[in-house]
Amino acid sequence: MSSLDTNETLRDLHSAATSHRGDRVFNRVITGAAFTSLIVLAGIAIFLGLQAIPAFQSQGLAFLTTTAWDINTDPPTAGIWGMLYGSVLLAVIALVIAVPASILLSVFMVFLAPPKIAKILTNLVDLMAAIPSVILGLWAFYILNPPAEEWQQLLNQYLGWIPIFENASGNFLGTPFIAGFVLAIMMIPIVTSVTREVLGRTPPELINAAESLGCSLWTMLRYVALPYGRGGIVGGVMLGLGRALGETIAVFFVLKLVYDTNWYKVIESGGGSVATLIVSRFGEVTGPFELQLLLAAGFFLFLGTLVVNMIANLIVSRTGRLQK
Amino acid sequence: MSTAEFESVQTLEEQMVESAAPRDLAMDARNLSVWFGKRKVLEGVNIAFPERTCTALIGPSGCGKSTFIRTLNRLHELIPGAALAGSVLYEGKDIYDADIDPVHIRLKIGMVFQKPNPFPSMTIRGNVLSGLKLSGMKRDDHDAIVESTLTSAGLWNEVKDRLDHAAGDLSGGQQQRLVIARALAVEPNVLLMDEPCSALDPASTLKIEETIRELSKNVTIIIVTHNMQQAVRVSDHTAFFLAAENEPGHVVEQGLTTEIFSNPKDQRTLDYVNGRFG
Repeated sequence: MSSLDTNETLRDLHSAATSHRGDRVFNRVITGAAFTSLIVLAGIAIFLGLQAIPAFQSQGLAFLTTTAWDINTDPPTAGIWGMLYGSVLLAVIALVIAVPASILLSVFMVFLAPPKIAKILTNLVDLMAAIPSVILGLWAFYILNPPAEEWQQLLNQYLGWIPIFENASGNFLGTPFIAGFVLAIMMIPIVTSVTREVLGRTPPELINAAESLGCSLWTMLRYVALPYGRGGIVGGVMLGLGRALGETIAVFFVLKLVYDTNWYKVIESGGGSVATLIVSRFGEVTGPFELQLLLAAGFFLFLGTLVVNMIANLIVSRTGRLQK
Repeated sequence: MSTAEFESVQTLEEQMVESAAPRDLAMDARNLSVWFGKRKVLEGVNIAFPERTCTALIGPSGCGKSTFIRTLNRLHELIPGAALAGSVLYEGKDIYDADIDPVHIRLKIGMVFQKPNPFPSMTIRGNVLSGLKLSGMKRDDHDAIVESTLTSAGLWNEVKDRLDHAAGDLSGGQQQRLVIARALAVEPNVLLMDEPCSALDPASTLKIEETIRELSKNVTIIIVTHNMQQAVRVSDHTAFFLAAENEPGHVVEQGLTTEIFSNPKDQRTLDYVNGRFG
């Protein structure tokens, strides 16, 4: 037979497999749905980017590198460096509190707790994720603030010689620490639920191997379960971080917003957060130009969370490769 | 009778005499009964394991062999609801005594599992040394340990040029020998093997069997196997386990492997070793 004939008998098996009418419709619907999310994302980016152009033209690079919000001067000056930095600082504080807490909680649920208690805990932690952030903010304002004030006073009293625990004003309210603590409470359910899932999937034969080599729970975790689940845990942390970076209302209740850069004094009153800047100014915005400035700030917040998520994906895929 | 045949008979007899000679016991299970929750899975097991011999545990699936082997290094107790009666003597002491540290027991009584389980994120070298690291043992001669244990496990020549490669790159049979080397690195006196070849191809199985024969000159080996020929090839002693339906498993017959396979006293043993059930 000639090669031409062979060509003629070739059949497109894939289209044959999807020729069923119901399948075709279903395929189009899910493809459409998948693209919708992309279109929405692109739409938000374009809208924010376009709005940000005038603000960026008037302020130049100083918008990102300086800290000021003097709208009524002529010309108005605005810079969000302190806010951007503040968002990151709050997220770091939240990470420092939430990550160890979540890992310990997950280890308890997976390896130590009796199944019934583990199940109850799982439900409780998932329920924590369902608390609206405005409720959490109110709770933090009325309930968390008084004891947190005392904790910070103690920190300052005993560890005040460490620069991050300096406090010159004697005011321990509205600090990055409290705001970071509230963010940590919001991150814990996310990070815990991912970590629990990943630790629960540690292959039993590896646990067997560790046990038969006479290792304690701690060494098993350190050398077997945590390295095995590293990719997933980092992914969970980044998910939580995304939430912490963008969180607005809960922070708004407990952070004293100052147009200055609080570099490291975590228990000193006053800090910054892009999202909180936007929500606090939006209600009393003085004109279209300030609105554009706020939208520009929003654009960079959006960019920041996007970058965090991309880094997270990179880390997760890299650890995934290593494990293979 | 030709000379060759005569010689082979003689070696067999020599082996039998050697195995039958009185030796110190490495381990001794006495009247051992085991439960999972309310279900009794083993009843009144008495087996003595002479030092530096290989004992095969045979029997159909579900007769409690694997459970039994896991009671010998206190892995059984890690399963929720596990309970046990009787005693397991090691160096003359019951390993279940209150003052015995299970971690110490698991180091002295190593274990190799059915599925090769090297730590995938560690290198070959790292895997061999992982027992030292996990148990916090301090040793200086790491290179010597790596070479000697991999040699004992019959893997050294295949991996000596790539000790820093990931353990996951090895074939299943190589991984299983790596796991044996890992178990040997903490210098156990007893090595438990739970169907170590059941996930391997015949060539790898042969290599592992050679390794077992070689190792049993220095270490007491207790091996669970479903492969009758394997039991004959590697073991000095054999114990035959059996469980009637909904009854706990027990030892039907035990003795020299040659006796169990050529001249069993119990009809059920005869049927099982001849492949009539199981």
